[in-house]
Amino acid sequence: MTLKLVVDWPLCDGNGVCTFEAPELLAIDDDDNLVVISETFDNDLLPKVEAAVCVCPKRALKIEKTG
Amino acid sequence: MSLRSVAVVGASLAGLNAAATLRREGFKGRLVVFGDEAHMPYDRPPLSKEIVRREWPPERTALSLEGLAADIDWRLGARAVGLDASTRTLVFEGGREESFDGLVIATGAAPRRLPGASLPGVHVLRSLDDALALRDDLARPGVHIAVVGAGFVGQEVAASCRQLGLPVTMIEAVAPAAHVLGHEISAVFAALHRARGVDVRLGVAAAAFEADEGRLARVHLSDGRSIKADVAVVGIGVTPNTGWLEGSGLTIDNGVVCDETCLAAPGIVAAGDVARWPNPRYGELRRVEHWDNAVRQAEHAARRLLAGDDGAAVGAYRPVPWFWSDQYGLKLQLVGSTLAHDEVKIVYGSAAEERLVALYRRGDRLVAALGLASTGKLLRYRRMLEVDPTWEDALALAA
Repeated sequence: MTLKLVVDWPLCDGNGVCTFEAPELLAIDDDDNLVVISETFDNDLLPKVEAAVCVCPKRALKIEKTG
Repeated sequence: MSLRSVAVVGASLAGLNAAATLRREGFKGRLVVFGDEAHMPYDRPPLSKEIVRREWPPERTALSLEGLAADIDWRLGARAVGLDASTRTLVFEGGREESFDGLVIATGAAPRRLPGASLPGVHVLRSLDDALALRDDLARPGVHIAVVGAGFVGQEVAASCRQLGLPVTMIEAVAPAAHVLGHEISAVFAALHRARGVDVRLGVAAAAFEADEGRLARVHLSDGRSIKADVAVVGIGVTPNTGWLEGSGLTIDNGVVCDETCLAAPGIVAAGDVARWPNPRYGELRRVEHWDNAVRQAEHAARRLLAGDDGAAVGAYRPVPWFWSDQYGLKLQLVGSTLAHDEVKIVYGSAAEERLVALYRRGDRLVAALGLASTGKLLRYRRMLEVDPTWEDALALAA
């Protein structure tokens, strides 16, 4: 099964709370924009990504499970 | 005690997150969520922004249930009016009673109102229904708006009105969010609003609402002046919804008082705007009205409930509080707690640039950091605040 982090870019306005929960996958750049370091991730990171999804104030994150 | 049935009282952000956490953590028993509003859980931050500005239809505020809906018994329009904490028996309007093994109290808070607040044209802004009524009133030809209270709700409403090109006067007894920001940073926000055409009146209160032909026509101020307004939005804070818990056996004191793990009584936890608990980071009882807290505290409270007698397994709920406000496309973020701060220092940017980071000191420690249009820089202080830094270390990071 592939786990993929999906960002709704029009909703994201760079609050950066997600980068705390899953710093392996998410960061804020020097222009205060969200950067996705890797879209796909392993199962061991799932709890962190789920936490990131919950705390996004704009509800801009989703996890897609395929396969 | 093993839980076979749990009721979540309150179907908004904290209630939903508690229910979701219970299922995610493996609770297989009966789960009922009671909400007094007719709507399924929805998100409140868009109410002062996208909803009143007509950018979103109301349905877009709905909170995702992520496949939980079938697993949970939703009882909307169900208002709890009493509780017996010793038996965990809820009493509802009409006298119906239901008992559960575990309870999550997440009944939130209600907006404070002024005398005369039932006059057509006078609004509060807490619920989706409030937001839709305000949105509709803002469409009146020639509308003039008075925002009473320059806290964050009032400021966001004022900003939304200006973005709609509408005239707005903001009336504030002290200064914008002064009790949170302190006077220096509060002045930055007063200037920000004035620069965009808000008529900001500080150090005055709304004394009376004057009606004409059955609706609001003027707002009289405590300095003897008055302003023309046919719409007023009163944003003067909220009080926790705990009236229904009088006589329940729980400790009620500006919210439901909990221990540091969010436990209010055996088998009863509380989360969100209604919960008051001793965050070990600060050492005093606090009630936090932030969105981020509703999410995190609900998750912690749910896990605490599932731990039964073993509170130590879950530990204390000790977040670094985090808050944001969006005004005029600028993002204010505040991390930590500014309560009883001794000093505030701008370490990046400036008020004139409308881009800054300000640090707050209490004693010899950094207690909070505020960012305006400075997310990346603020994140560094957020990381730092997790480990209770000294003021010296905080200043060194900025250098």
